[in-house]
Amino acid sequence: MNTDLADIGLGGLALSGILVAVALALSLVRRLGVERDLLIAALRALVQLLLVGVALRIVVDDDDPLIWTWLWVVTMCLVASWTVRRRAPEVPNVMALALVSFAAAALVSLGVLFGLGVFEPTGRAIVPMAGVMVGNSMTATIVVARRMVAETHDHRDLIEARLALGLSSRDAFAPHLREALRTGLVPQIESTKTVGLIALPGAMTGLILAGVEPVEAVRVQVAVMYLVLGSVATTASVMALGLTRGLFTGDHRLAAPPR
Amino acid sequence: MSDTGFELRDVWAGERANPRLAGVSVDLSPVGITVVAGASGSGKSSLLRLLNRLDVPTEGTIRWDGTSLADVDVLRHRREVGMVFQRPTVAPGSVIDNLRMGAADLDEESAGDLCRLVTLDPSFLDRNAAELSGGEQQRVCLARTIATGPRVILADEPTASLDPEATEVIEALALHLAEPDSQARIGWIWVSHDTGQLRRLADRVVVLANGSISAAGTVAELDADPAPEVRRAVGRPL
Repeated sequence: MNTDLADIGLGGLALSGILVAVALALSLVRRLGVERDLLIAALRALVQLLLVGVALRIVVDDDDPLIWTWLWVVTMCLVASWTVRRRAPEVPNVMALALVSFAAAALVSLGVLFGLGVFEPTGRAIVPMAGVMVGNSMTATIVVARRMVAETHDHRDLIEARLALGLSSRDAFAPHLREALRTGLVPQIESTKTVGLIALPGAMTGLILAGVEPVEAVRVQVAVMYLVLGSVATTASVMALGLTRGLFTGDHRLAAPPR
Repeated sequence: MSDTGFELRDVWAGERANPRLAGVSVDLSPVGITVVAGASGSGKSSLLRLLNRLDVPTEGTIRWDGTSLADVDVLRHRREVGMVFQRPTVAPGSVIDNLRMGAADLDEESAGDLCRLVTLDPSFLDRNAAELSGGEQQRVCLARTIATGPRVILADEPTASLDPEATEVIEALALHLAEPDSQARIGWIWVSHDTGQLRRLADRVVVLANGSISAAGTVAELDADPAPEVRRAVGRPL
């Protein structure tokens, strides 16, 4: 692998900062008032990633035991679950549900990729794959959870009309659950369809920059995209299943009082 | 199993500090038409929701044919005691889709019979339910409740959002279905704040005021009641 291509050095990093300056200048000229936020964002990203880079050295080093790698993955799931709770505070019990969803997705998707030997189970492979999985699943999980809660408020009358006809809570909510799941999954399916036509995906860009043959990079990228699809579908479904139980009581009544 | 209908004993609902029902004790017959009257906010809808098991009381017991509602099979109970709401709530899809909501294996012939029963032409079956008028939608809601084979229908001001003509159709239907010799023989517990409607429909009246029962009996009995809230509820103002 031609690693020279990938190493831009400190000078290269500093020069890429010119692009932040361009954004700052634009904000000043156009009086957007976002200079401070821009600067904080750029610096925060730098510091966060530098710290992550140092930590990753331990985690992805082939000589270190895999326990560090898995600890990293667990931490990612915890942080993601906390983020879900912060962004969907109206959803009951959402942090625990998110954690279970991410764990299920990790089990399924990483299980397939590493269990079946698609990738070698090394820290160098597990950490970025888990990162891609959690990152993409998080958005879908938030969308599905919020939509489900909104459906119980917006369509309360219809859901209760179905319950009053003797339908179980599962059947009474099924059309709304479908709608929520579609809302969470469709963006991912759409972006999978147009991948490469509009934007080159991250993993592939990174590999090509690092000197990997494009066709080889494509193979990895496709596996990553399938990982994303699989994990998004898994997290969304587990969240939906768990949350449905939380939205209704065991005796088929809506749990939340009318708004 | 007996045929005693609903027996409520010291039933409370809502927050204790601001209860929607406060110690209601009353028997509600499973035959004929019982009209539940009272001002808005008096707890009429709360009472109906308890009877359908959409809500549970915070205190007290409700029995249906002698069995506590806490112990019944909820899904079966809701088919035996159906509920129609104030606003017609049709689901997306055709009229027959709606009729099959609670009766998945309803065939087209029976669906046509149900339409005729609620005075809708069977040609309505394939029409989009969302495009019907309010009165027609409410009749679809009634028909889909009847499709589950209930003994009693809880009706929460089902004509409040309808014009007089549609109201008349639904009242006539209720009277017809409640007749002892009708095939369906469905009893009604009908919430209404319309005193004219009360006099047209009621075999018995229960008057609620501030979450408590202030009177119960036939229209003639309540006509003799001097209490102002009862007089107001049965349309005999001072």
